[in-house]
Amino acid sequence: MKRGLIMNKLDNVATVLDDVAAGETVTIRGLPSIVEISTLEEIPRGHKIALVDIPVGMDVVKYGFPIGYALTDILKGSYVHVHNVGSKRTEE
Amino acid sequence: MMKTLYGYRRPDGKVGFRNWTLVMPAVACVNHIAALIAKDIPGAVAVHHEVGCAQIGADYRQSLRTLLNTGLNPNVGAVLLVGLGCERVDPRELAEEIAASGKKVEFIVTQELGGTNATIEAGRKIVTDMSEQLAKIHPEEVPLSSIVLGVECGASDFSSSLSSNPVVGYVADTICANGGRAVLSETTEVIGTEEILTKRCASPETATKLVDRIKRMVEYSRSEDRDDIEGVAVPNNISPGNVRGGLTTIEEKSLGAISKGGYFCPIVGVVEYAELIGDRPGLWFMDSPGYDPECTTGLMACGSTLVLFTTGLGTPLGNPVTPIIKVTGNRVTAVRMRDDIDIDVSAVLEDGVSLESEAAVMLDTLIDVANGKQTRSEALGYRDFGITRIGPRL
Repeated sequence: MKRGLIMNKLDNVATVLDDVAAGETVTIRGLPSIVEISTLEEIPRGHKIALVDIPVGMDVVKYGFPIGYALTDILKGSYVHVHNVGSKRTEE
Repeated sequence: MMKTLYGYRRPDGKVGFRNWTLVMPAVACVNHIAALIAKDIPGAVAVHHEVGCAQIGADYRQSLRTLLNTGLNPNVGAVLLVGLGCERVDPRELAEEIAASGKKVEFIVTQELGGTNATIEAGRKIVTDMSEQLAKIHPEEVPLSSIVLGVECGASDFSSSLSSNPVVGYVADTICANGGRAVLSETTEVIGTEEILTKRCASPETATKLVDRIKRMVEYSRSEDRDDIEGVAVPNNISPGNVRGGLTTIEEKSLGAISKGGYFCPIVGVVEYAELIGDRPGLWFMDSPGYDPECTTGLMACGSTLVLFTTGLGTPLGNPVTPIIKVTGNRVTAVRMRDDIDIDVSAVLEDGVSLESEAAVMLDTLIDVANGKQTRSEALGYRDFGITRIGPRL
């Protein structure tokens, strides 16, 4: 079983705790009920997966707070990292 | 039921958890003499540093403050200052200022005594006597509020923000809720969390000071060329290793880092690097770089008597005066770096154990260390001591 963890109920991304390949199912805990998400692409251990579709410009939320915003439309199950997330702080 | 905590109450009322006779060089030129004075004397420890002369302005004052406040740390019971004789830091003045706390303090000057061997001989006589006197002091029962807990992270990975940092945060909240103090630092690692932290500040003045220090650090980091990873600018302390480890933005890194400072205890004050924190219970913030040896030295000098240090990848760091308790949330690291890890909270990610229950175990271990149990870095003899430099070397 591939595992993931969500830190806050407001989050739209979770951290995967195992390396996952495209098409694998990740079982995500941290919410009152366990969520299962099918991955669209390979995601390394410790990196993030989208729990829902995140439209371009929307906040990417982890720990209940924005950690950046979507640079492109990010589909549920996608790999979320520097290629599709911008930092408001870095651009200041 | 919480374990009983024992500490050494110093003449100024402060409580320490170690009982060191500290041998402190006033200047780097006599580091080796100081080390040989302390060598193999039970209860004696020497610090090794690179400052004391050829410094000016704020940089000099910061170094002097660090040396002074190291001597004032309650884990130190007595101090021998070793001078060369021509350095800018005056060992006589430093000795007087530390002695004002009621501690036994003496100084010796190498050029006056006539060289290395005479100074070592004189120093060992003094330090042996000081250590024997300190050994007669027995620790007394003290409340949890007497703890000043420094929190720090280094060699972080994804496990730090998901497990070890929040567990340390719960312990920090527990200490503060019981009337104690905790110290969060690493200004580079709170960039982007100003809104969250200022809401926790006990006064508008504290909030303003905190935001000013963060701005100062951002401007300082931007005065240098920006690092980049694959053509993307990543200033403000997000490293290539962080990005490889899964951290995407500085906001994400900082949100994970600040959880070490707990969730609800108010931020009651902001101090400069190695400046003594005040008496008010709650969370304090010390302005510092994130660089581990310098940050932990600052945490010790500002008054921390114990430090919880989270590390995802594992690091061997230790401090000469204040025990550094190293925590990992990464099971692979807990095994591979077992020589250096004191607390393994990897059950949070691997077995779904709650942060709260790991925090209860961590508090227990913290009390054991306060009561005298050696940390891994103490047992291995680590003495990392580094002072942040902010000016030119002359």
